[in-house]
Amino acid sequence: MKKRSFAQRIAGAPYILWAALFIVIPMAIVVYYAFTDANGQFSFDNIKQLADYKETFLISFEYSFIATVITLIISYPFAYLMSKKSAASQRIMMMLVMLPMWMNLLIRTYSWMNILERNGIINNFLEQFGIEPLKMIGTPGAVIFGMIYNYIPYMIIPIYNVMSKIDKSLLESAEDLGSNGLSKLRRVILPLSMPGVISGFTMVFVPSVSTFYISQKLGGGKVMLIGDAIERQMQTSYNYNLGASLSLVLMIVILISMIVVNRFAGDDDLLI
Amino acid sequence: MKKALGNVFIWIIYLILYAPLLVMVFFSFNEGRSTSVFTGFSLKWYEELFASRDTMTALQNTLVLAVSSAVIATILGTAAAMYMYYLRNRAWKATMKTVTNIPMMNPEIVTGVSMMLLFVFIGRLLGADNSLSFGTLLIAHVTFNLPYVILNVLPKLNQTDPHLAEAAQDLGSTPMQAFVKVVMPAVIPGVISGFLMSFTMSLDDFVISYYTTGSDFQTLPLKIFAMTKKTVKPDMYALSSLIFITVLVLLLIINISQIRQEKKNASK
Repeated sequence: MKKRSFAQRIAGAPYILWAALFIVIPMAIVVYYAFTDANGQFSFDNIKQLADYKETFLISFEYSFIATVITLIISYPFAYLMSKKSAASQRIMMMLVMLPMWMNLLIRTYSWMNILERNGIINNFLEQFGIEPLKMIGTPGAVIFGMIYNYIPYMIIPIYNVMSKIDKSLLESAEDLGSNGLSKLRRVILPLSMPGVISGFTMVFVPSVSTFYISQKLGGGKVMLIGDAIERQMQTSYNYNLGASLSLVLMIVILISMIVVNRFAGDDDLLI
Repeated sequence: MKKALGNVFIWIIYLILYAPLLVMVFFSFNEGRSTSVFTGFSLKWYEELFASRDTMTALQNTLVLAVSSAVIATILGTAAAMYMYYLRNRAWKATMKTVTNIPMMNPEIVTGVSMMLLFVFIGRLLGADNSLSFGTLLIAHVTFNLPYVILNVLPKLNQTDPHLAEAAQDLGSTPMQAFVKVVMPAVIPGVISGFLMSFTMSLDDFVISYYTTGSDFQTLPLKIFAMTKKTVKPDMYALSSLIFITVLVLLLIINISQIRQEKKNASK
């Protein structure tokens, strides 16, 4: 290889500076705020206060875990069926999966609120048949539904991507060697699509566990997730130190789960 | 039978995916103020939308922010990808890749909070009361756009044959000429899709903007958030329908250019 030119050497400098200032240092500042009080004195108070949020953390993880598992159960057969269609329909189907993602999440969620609320579209419809209105908004089910709805494309896309790349001749040879449909799925398709499943899992779980808008709208103010707790500290109570310690916990937990997941996924499926 | 069942499943999923969008477009034409009871067809909410100065300012703000953050991110990100491509120190390269991935892996709320704290911290050091403004919002948007540019450009660089640039240099061009004439044309599609992706990400962002903007600069998603705190009138749906169509057009452009590129590659 040729020696790098001067331009090639300094091309990265602005980005390195930018990343240090606005990616790395902010992380350090979160740690700094988490371990200081409002006057900038070192303190463990914010960490101690985290104990009050045990319930919130547990609920957040429980709901987003359930949502992620259901998303996977829906997405897997969907991606599988999609990968069996003709190339042209696959392209169109893929675009149709991605399209709603480009509509602002706030609007999509608000629109669901219109559909599900007490005087909403579903209940208005049921009323015409004399059916009692259903209570949907304000239940954990509505929040979990909101998570599934908003993030399902993040599950379908990676699973579909790996499935569409599975070598067809592998499936043929499995058939030649006597595999029926089910064992082909279990022994060939499933193992080969694992990287997609794993990256889909993290891509749904991370935004679900940290959401605050979905729980605000579909939870009707009755469901408080960790994102809501952070939002309240940062935007209403202005207790930045507590907000920072909550964010720090969220960051660490997600980092750990990423490392665990990466281990299952093999080296670089998730990264560039 | 099995196939029909599969198709029914697919249609149900699409129906659910599009239900709120249909509701949105439908009720944007409502005559009444409600977003769940339809009383008659009217275009008045669209008229009201264009008459509203607030909304038009927010729209202008959103576009200014999206264009400027995408331009800055594309320039910085392309240069960074080029640097990372030529980088030979493996540990340093791995570090750079990890740092690049941080804004994508971190929950948005954590990215937003961490940047907000940085700006508040620096603001306090400088003795400013309120340090959040358009500038901080722009910095935040560039930061979360950068990984998308790098992720689009770097694979294109990796696909180019390094020997081509070397051959150009052997034939007497300077490294810069070799880059401009040989490497650049190959990465342009990545640069363009990185730019478009950044633009749409920025257009759509709410969470990070929510934490990093000042009270004097409102974008559309922030305005929508403020509006959804109260009962919403159909004008917000009208606005969203328009945004949706804009994004749809952008996506179509990206897709068509990709199909063309593929065809071009296939015919080579």
